[in-house]
Amino acid sequence: MMKGGIKISFYHTYERMKGFDFKSYWDGLGDADIQRALSKTTINEMEYLTLLSPRASNYLEKMARKAHRLTIQHFGRTMQLFTPMYLSNFCSNHCVYCSFSARHNYMRKKLTLEQVDAEAKYIAATGLKHILILTGESPKHSPVSYIEDCVKVLKRHFDSIAIEIYPLEMEDYNRLVDAGVDGLTVFQEVYNEETYQPLHPRGPKKNYRFRLDTPERGCRAGMRNVNIGALLGLENWRQEAFFTGLHADYLQDKYLDTEISVSIPRIRPNVGGFTPKYDVQDRHLVQVILALRLFMPRCGITLSTRESPDLRDNLVPLGITKMSAGVSTEVGGHTEDSSGTGQFEISDQRSVPEIKEMLLSKGYQPVCKNWEPLDGAAGW
Amino acid sequence: MTDKLKIGEQEITNRFFTGTGKHSNDSIIPQLVHESGIEVVTVALRRVDLTSPEENILHHIPKGCILLPNTSGARNAEEAVRIARLARACGCGDWIKIEVIRDNKYLLPDNYETAKAAEMLVKEGFVVLPYVSPDLMVAKDLENAGVAAVMPLGAPIGTNRGLQTKEMVRILIDEINLPIIVDAGIGRPSEAAEAMEMGAAAVLANTAVATALDPVNMAKAFSMAVEAGRRAYLSGLGPIKTEAEASSPLTGFLS
Repeated sequence: MMKGGIKISFYHTYERMKGFDFKSYWDGLGDADIQRALSKTTINEMEYLTLLSPRASNYLEKMARKAHRLTIQHFGRTMQLFTPMYLSNFCSNHCVYCSFSARHNYMRKKLTLEQVDAEAKYIAATGLKHILILTGESPKHSPVSYIEDCVKVLKRHFDSIAIEIYPLEMEDYNRLVDAGVDGLTVFQEVYNEETYQPLHPRGPKKNYRFRLDTPERGCRAGMRNVNIGALLGLENWRQEAFFTGLHADYLQDKYLDTEISVSIPRIRPNVGGFTPKYDVQDRHLVQVILALRLFMPRCGITLSTRESPDLRDNLVPLGITKMSAGVSTEVGGHTEDSSGTGQFEISDQRSVPEIKEMLLSKGYQPVCKNWEPLDGAAGW
Repeated sequence: MTDKLKIGEQEITNRFFTGTGKHSNDSIIPQLVHESGIEVVTVALRRVDLTSPEENILHHIPKGCILLPNTSGARNAEEAVRIARLARACGCGDWIKIEVIRDNKYLLPDNYETAKAAEMLVKEGFVVLPYVSPDLMVAKDLENAGVAAVMPLGAPIGTNRGLQTKEMVRILIDEINLPIIVDAGIGRPSEAAEAMEMGAAAVLANTAVATALDPVNMAKAFSMAVEAGRRAYLSGLGPIKTEAEASSPLTGFLS
């Protein structure tokens, strides 16, 4: 049995498709193939791949109309809002594209519980009830017990707490679920295993397979929401989007009771000045969102403040269901002095009221609260 | 027409129920309720935020409406029971629509867990309206447990696919001695009317109203269709004939 106790893994799906000749498949597609995929109520994985093809990029408007209709049908004209809170940027990984990489020399920081409380108060005052807490990968500086203590503080201010920390074993996820965590975000960053290795040369993140099975351990531990994604720009985005969709579909099929969602982050400027190998343009990002919506009509799609205000506004009707607002990617970024060492540069600096106003003006209802913690009710 | 639907202690005239989800702006809800005379409105407890007056969805539900809190988000009986208790504790009353869903692909209800939760909540004095896949045995168990009505789906939630479960719903209407309220999947007023003509006690639709271009008018259209269907049911629909009546009966010589 694998570490983490997962016998059948998404890795088998990945292995089945990794040698696939994507280029020949895409080159062989005609307009009729795109139109057929577009005319169907549900599409299979090969039709999803069809909609990610270069030829399908001529059909973005048609795809957008269908994606919009499906999103309204399943989610209504609503947008879930949340914000990230960075607890610690100590990290033992060497991801070549990330500001938190251990290679970079700057004063690292970790919030005390008092500071967590102050940040929480500041954020809660904006009306947000869903929070995503983040750390670098350093079990020494931010062990599970520290995350647990932070969650206890945050529960006083928020109704839903999700984590984006380093991959854990299932038992540790169980502990955090018991403490009140209901969501897990973990990005594979790169699905292509060969590309993954040089981008993650040192540190525990080197272990591709352990990371790949992480969302599944979260599902098994009883997380209500599991959010996955690939960092677009590190590899061929069409293939990476394909594997992300297959991964989401695999998880949703296997764990019907977990809400699976997908983030679509593009790489942003960061400390160290890493230049991505692949240029993911706006129209490419749009194609990823649309193809995913058509493949998984009920799947949540999360959009971060990495993208510009103008682009975010335009992406709202295309299938996005969750957006961050009032964001800082620095540890203590809301209440402490800025040190200019956020995880990445954000592009959309708008406050929570500004994002709400934008959504209302577009005919969308901002939703700040969509969960009620159940530990307030008497036991079973 | 003095035709009231009795659920618990309440008597209801308008047999079209709606929900508060998926609207682009909750402030449309009071207008929608007033113009259609809607009396029963369901709301997901998880959306209720008592700490924020401006975002508290309860503020948009006009006084006089019967609030039907639902347990949306519950994945098992235990969570449904806890949500129901929280709903009561925050002043949402004794009515509860049990929704237990652990299928994020089709959003189909879990009948087994729903029945377990129903049994407990009836004992705790709730007026229980369970949302189920139409299944006679489960409906019988729910009836025996003491629920106030049974809410079978017409099609999976949010699909607007209409009364796909028609034959199964018809069996519930025939066999269960409780109001049968068709909930979920109804996309058009004509489908709501069809359910009522069959003898359904009421219809609940949310997506079809909330995602219409003009939700206020769509709610009105549904209310009218439900009323028309009810009136037709009470009036006794004529039997459907497959051929015209022969003017010279074949057995006329016998008389």
